[in-house]
Amino acid sequence: MSWDVVLDIAAAVCFVFAGLLSLAAGVGVLRFGDLLSRMHAGTKPQVLGVLLGLAGYGLRMRSGPVLWTVLLVALFQLLTAPVAAHMVGRAGYRTGKVSSDRLVVDELTSDLNRAQQDTRRTD
Amino acid sequence: MSRGSRRRLPWRMLVWLTLVWLMLWGRLSTGTLLAGIAIAALVTTTLPLPAVEFQGGIHPFATARLVGRFILDLVRASIQVTLLALNPSRTPSGAVIRVHLRSESDLYLTLTAELSTLVPGSLVVEANRQTGVLHLHILDVDALGGIEKVRADTLGIEARVLRALASDDELAAAGLTRSGRDERRVEQT
Repeated sequence: MSWDVVLDIAAAVCFVFAGLLSLAAGVGVLRFGDLLSRMHAGTKPQVLGVLLGLAGYGLRMRSGPVLWTVLLVALFQLLTAPVAAHMVGRAGYRTGKVSSDRLVVDELTSDLNRAQQDTRRTD
Repeated sequence: MSRGSRRRLPWRMLVWLTLVWLMLWGRLSTGTLLAGIAIAALVTTTLPLPAVEFQGGIHPFATARLVGRFILDLVRASIQVTLLALNPSRTPSGAVIRVHLRSESDLYLTLTAELSTLVPGSLVVEANRQTGVLHLHILDVDALGGIEKVRADTLGIEARVLRALASDDELAAAGLTRSGRDERRVEQT
């Protein structure tokens, strides 16, 4: 078996798993009950899915320019996906889209209430 | 912006942006190099960012450990969320917890927050740079072995970030050692 075949098979495997993970991310976004749980589906399987897809693309194309672009896309995906999830979660939390009673423990609501009381006192 | 002092040229940013430009083009030539430098200069002067304080250096072994562990955790977390998404009978019990980080640096706080969103079953909901507190949402408390376990995992990520990048003084201030042995147990309040 030549190197080309080996690399092509590796690329194919990457693509299959990338597809499966992206599908799982989609199902998770649909199925999970609340905003924050949905963001989990949007960060972990989705990011790994994109990374595997990019790896597959890099393995299949095997050229310098493609490799560099793939690296950049992967890096920025890793940097931006958590920030996006954080912003959505934060906005959801502060506009009351997260219901505290679905959570086993909620240490943020109490912290936010205390912070609000503190600012009121200093006003 | 940089506390009243005259701004120095952000060399690292210039080099990085030029590198990104070259990577986007995928080849090195005089034209792309010059265009890259010009655009990097334009971006840094028209859209200046506050300087990030960074006194440490990159420690290769610790960085390799950070990256290796991160990839492993990313795969694990992805499988976990996937199984949970595809399992119709299980309703996860979520929680929002508070984690006090040990370091005070913005850079390490940011990195820890980014990594902890991507890896264990946690997601950053709030980050407070004044107090160094992260609020994390946990997707499934039971699957991760309880709240204290998640707290310890998050502090573990921070420890790996610090070992990879922080200076000796910063490590000592956070109560960590370079090797990671004889670690001080950090009690949560």
